[in-house]
Amino acid sequence: MVIFFTMAVLFGPSVYTKDREELNFDVPTMAPPSAAAPMGTDDLGRDILARALFGGRVTLAVGISAMIIAILLGTIIGAISGYFGGIVDQILMWITDTFLSMPTLPLFLLIVYLFRDTLTRSLGPEVGIFLLVVGVIGVLTWMPTARVVRASFQTLKHREFVEAATCLGVRPSAIMFRHILPNVISPIIVAATLGVGTAIITESTLSFLGVGFPPDLPTWGRLVTDGQNFLEFAPHMSLLPALLIFLTVLSINFVGDGLRDALDPRSRL
Amino acid sequence: MTSYIARRLLIAIPTLLVISFVIYAVLALAPGDPMAQFGRNPNIPEEVRDNIRRSFGLDRPWYERYVFWLRNVTLAGDFGFSFNSRVPVSELIGQRLPQTLWTVGIAYLVALLIAIPIGVVSAVKQYSWFDRIATTFAFVGFSIPSFAIGLAVILVFAVNLRWFPLIYDTTLEVIDAESFFKQVRQIAMPVIVVAIQQSADVTRFLRSSMLDNLPLDYVRTARSKGLAERAVVVRHALRNSLIPVVALMSLGVPGIFTGAIITETLFRVNGIGELLIRSTQNSDTPVVMAITFIYAVLVVTFNLVADVVYATLDPRIRYS
Repeated sequence: MVIFFTMAVLFGPSVYTKDREELNFDVPTMAPPSAAAPMGTDDLGRDILARALFGGRVTLAVGISAMIIAILLGTIIGAISGYFGGIVDQILMWITDTFLSMPTLPLFLLIVYLFRDTLTRSLGPEVGIFLLVVGVIGVLTWMPTARVVRASFQTLKHREFVEAATCLGVRPSAIMFRHILPNVISPIIVAATLGVGTAIITESTLSFLGVGFPPDLPTWGRLVTDGQNFLEFAPHMSLLPALLIFLTVLSINFVGDGLRDALDPRSRL
Repeated sequence: MTSYIARRLLIAIPTLLVISFVIYAVLALAPGDPMAQFGRNPNIPEEVRDNIRRSFGLDRPWYERYVFWLRNVTLAGDFGFSFNSRVPVSELIGQRLPQTLWTVGIAYLVALLIAIPIGVVSAVKQYSWFDRIATTFAFVGFSIPSFAIGLAVILVFAVNLRWFPLIYDTTLEVIDAESFFKQVRQIAMPVIVVAIQQSADVTRFLRSSMLDNLPLDYVRTARSKGLAERAVVVRHALRNSLIPVVALMSLGVPGIFTGAIITETLFRVNGIGELLIRSTQNSDTPVVMAITFIYAVLVVTFNLVADVVYATLDPRIRYS
């Protein structure tokens, strides 16, 4: 399922070549799905499938990049905190707790809204907002990973193989990342998978609240928002993109859950 | 116990200070100008604009303003004036807060009423068809963005069935039975959306917590005493299973409030979430600051509540 969606948005636009910006008033506007337009058309006669395939690229790219930032930050902070312990650990964990206490959704709104114009001006509307959204989601969601990694490092650092490496004079950074990290990779992978789902939901929520990408970049959340006003007479316009988000996140979460069951025999959620 | 709570309070206060400082800094250092709407108006001469700025204290450096703001908030509960409507921020929020509290409160109650029986039954009959449906439902609720649930609910109940009104009437006052009924109908949809998501969460927690407790010795003891199965499950196992669930739920309370931002926007309920969105778009800094700060207070308070609840309900937890 995940592979299908990824393939679809990667290669879809080259196979399904209808123009996503083409305003077509020959066909009925806001038409429900038909053979000519598998997902129907919107209020300007644009083909929704073409827009959704293109928007899916952005949506998935946001999800994956935000996850990478969150995982990198979380792993580094968790590793340092767990390996060194003591005062470093205390300071880093205090920072983690403070971040956990931040009201995230209002902060997302604020930061994206306030810094949107500046970044748009300096980097162009698409790159600027992409970096902003990805960065904000990444920076505000690394905390659970940090905690998991820290806990694993704390238990692993007293094991014999670490002591052996220390005795051989391996540098701390090499011990941390070359010797201990491969042993804690499985919870990190689980966190990463679930992180992609959360990031996609967050991005679509931001788009929905009107602080996401500009209207000409049709992410899935954006498509849902655009269709919202026509819900009464053209429900497919927002329901189908919403279904796409839902199915993608659901399948990602299934993968994450399956991985957790496979890698951690203790959990039963 | 008292010293434990006191110590937790002492940690909570600096956390709140840091958070409020960060939010203030983000707002103050952001490139947007709160006076932008005056700036665009060519009829306002430069010195008037400066006077307006001065009347709001905007001519001072932002860290000075932060200290001033903090002193007013902590000593007098005064959040300043809204840039847009010239009304004290606390009054604005006071008008909006009841709607949010009603929606969130009722939704939470509904969610509990749904989730507790489902969670218990699906744990007791693990792997039955009921359990499978319940876990799937919980999993789906966890994977679906709330605005998507909201749209589906609107489509079903407002567009197709026409049970509930599409738009929330903010001027409605409850005076008699008829208007009360009207209020119930218009609050129904936001409540359903919040309740679906919450009950999905609570069901998951409760099920796994029940599964942890059911095989334990004390449950077997209760059974071998000859107690009815119902009493064993409800009075013994459920009680113990609820401890972690209560803690997790109080951690989730702030999330419901921020989640209400979405439902309020979707259904046009005039709660504080909707006020936050509007003030953000109008660069109404004092209002934004106050609401975000309230959310931060909620988060920190309920983290504290979760710890205290956990420590009080479960004597195995030591306060160290």
